[in-house]
Amino acid sequence: MAAELPAFALDDMAGNGHAFPAGQRTALCFVKEDCPTCNLVMPLIEALGDAEELAVLAPGQTADGNRTLIERHGLTIPVLDDSTLKVSFAYGLETVPLLLMSDESGTEVDRVVGFDRAEWQAFFERHAPTVDVDWQSLPEWRPGCGSLTQDPIIADRLRAESENSPLRARRIEIAPADDVHEFLFDQGFTDGLPVVPPTAERVLRMLGGTRRDSQEVVATVPPNYAPATVEKVAINAVMAGCRPEHLRVVIAALEAVCNKVFNIHGVMATTMGATPVMIVNGPIRHELGMNMRLGALGQGNRAANSIGRALRLAVRNIGGARPGGTERSTLGNPMKFTMCFPEWEERSNWEPLHVERGFKAEDSVVSIFAMTSGPTLCVDQSSLTARQLAGSFGLSMEASQHVHAHNASDAILVVCPEHVDTLARDDFNKDDVREQIQKVTARPLTDLVATDDIGGGIPADRVAAMPADRQSRPMPKFASKGNIHIVVAGSDAGKFSGVFHGWVGGDIGSIPVSVKIED
Amino acid sequence: MTTTILDPGDERTPVARKITPRPESITGNVALLDISKPRGNILLDRLDAQLTERLPNVTLNRYAKPTFTKPAPDDLRRDIRAKNDFVIEALAD
Repeated sequence: MAAELPAFALDDMAGNGHAFPAGQRTALCFVKEDCPTCNLVMPLIEALGDAEELAVLAPGQTADGNRTLIERHGLTIPVLDDSTLKVSFAYGLETVPLLLMSDESGTEVDRVVGFDRAEWQAFFERHAPTVDVDWQSLPEWRPGCGSLTQDPIIADRLRAESENSPLRARRIEIAPADDVHEFLFDQGFTDGLPVVPPTAERVLRMLGGTRRDSQEVVATVPPNYAPATVEKVAINAVMAGCRPEHLRVVIAALEAVCNKVFNIHGVMATTMGATPVMIVNGPIRHELGMNMRLGALGQGNRAANSIGRALRLAVRNIGGARPGGTERSTLGNPMKFTMCFPEWEERSNWEPLHVERGFKAEDSVVSIFAMTSGPTLCVDQSSLTARQLAGSFGLSMEASQHVHAHNASDAILVVCPEHVDTLARDDFNKDDVREQIQKVTARPLTDLVATDDIGGGIPADRVAAMPADRQSRPMPKFASKGNIHIVVAGSDAGKFSGVFHGWVGGDIGSIPVSVKIED
Repeated sequence: MTTTILDPGDERTPVARKITPRPESITGNVALLDISKPRGNILLDRLDAQLTERLPNVTLNRYAKPTFTKPAPDDLRRDIRAKNDFVIEALAD
């Protein structure tokens, strides 16, 4: 009460303009035609028009409905066209009819909502005592109806269009004769598959998935070093098919890849065809319904698939990394569409990946690795001991990039549940597995030289020039055990673990990054 | 209805409509579209004669919009698109 009511200007159905406030006491009654209670009160609103020194305005929520109301009730008071619902929205309308009384300056002095006969009668006695109404002929009480502004889809549009909208991104109008999907392809906004058109309503709903301000800059995205606001990430998340609750994972993932040490510019640009592989840990796996079991690394799980895709679309659209431009992969890589999966932490007694990387078990974390291929299978259906099985992992992983390419950087080993059981029988932890991988792959440099039959490897003359002890010193596949990242995923049936092969590591390549997922 | 989307990309670059790649030679069917402005038909008659002479293997098809004041009806657009490889539209005046 005593609040200043929003000013507005609306046309009546004959096209005459009406402004509020207009320097006189005014009764405002918001109505919509398909509301029975609004129809009940229309004769009362019409009668108010007879009051002295009182203006009456009735904003109606649909144009056709307004015309019907005028005809049905023989209205002469101005029924105003608020079919855009902007005035209804500005008034925070929840229920119609809403009858407001304002003074000459536009300050609210009284209101009634819905229809309570006693309240309406008292309202009339206070503000229009000369108007004669047969109150006993009216029902005692009727509930109001929901304002059209409360319809979820309409409400999102109105919020998107309002002055306080969190949306600031450039709006692109697609002509009626254009196909929206073809337009999105033409603009290069997609990864080659259709995307969900990022309308303002959808982006607004997506922004509901984070507490961050829509204009907060999450990262500066190479190669074009464009600022990625939360809003821009949300737009790409909509396009990728994300739900609002997925957004915070995408934001964390983008922060991770834009960390300098990850070197997303190089990851995208390399002819080797590297791409970010995302592993999700912590409680959020369950909150989002991520699939850790059968087919965990594949298609069919909206959370994992759309989150991974959103990251790639953000890098493509915001950063400008596009094949043929700064993205120069020789073969390309299907993981460049999307590659995201959760670790099945509960299926082993091992420390989960994020705990190994310094986070608390109850943290939700996304870890990102630059990988060039995967998952390549290690098929071992016969090992009975943990040592045998971890040895098999080692030989399979030795093929990463080239068997002769030792002292390699990062790789991810995804251990399937049946293999987990084999390792658990001998109490192997993740580090025991790493140890065995390094042991079985350790070879003297003389075994890693290029030959007449196999050209890849260290040039023979370089090895020949080394001291004898150096030539014979065994070199394991990976530069360190820490380069072997081990997680668990997959169905309970099948002895098939998987390996992701890495790219160039360390300071000259890409270092994996983990980021805690915040609300 | 116009659909409005939010730009997912770097706003330092403009959004531009992509133009269909231009072929190097004209073959097949060419639509000559009169938008029904005065003397558009005369312009198209001249073009028709010259193209027939220069490109004897090309088939020319004549179309006209009912009125220049409105976009071409959907059926006309579909018809032109289905039967032609090129369109020359006479924007007379």
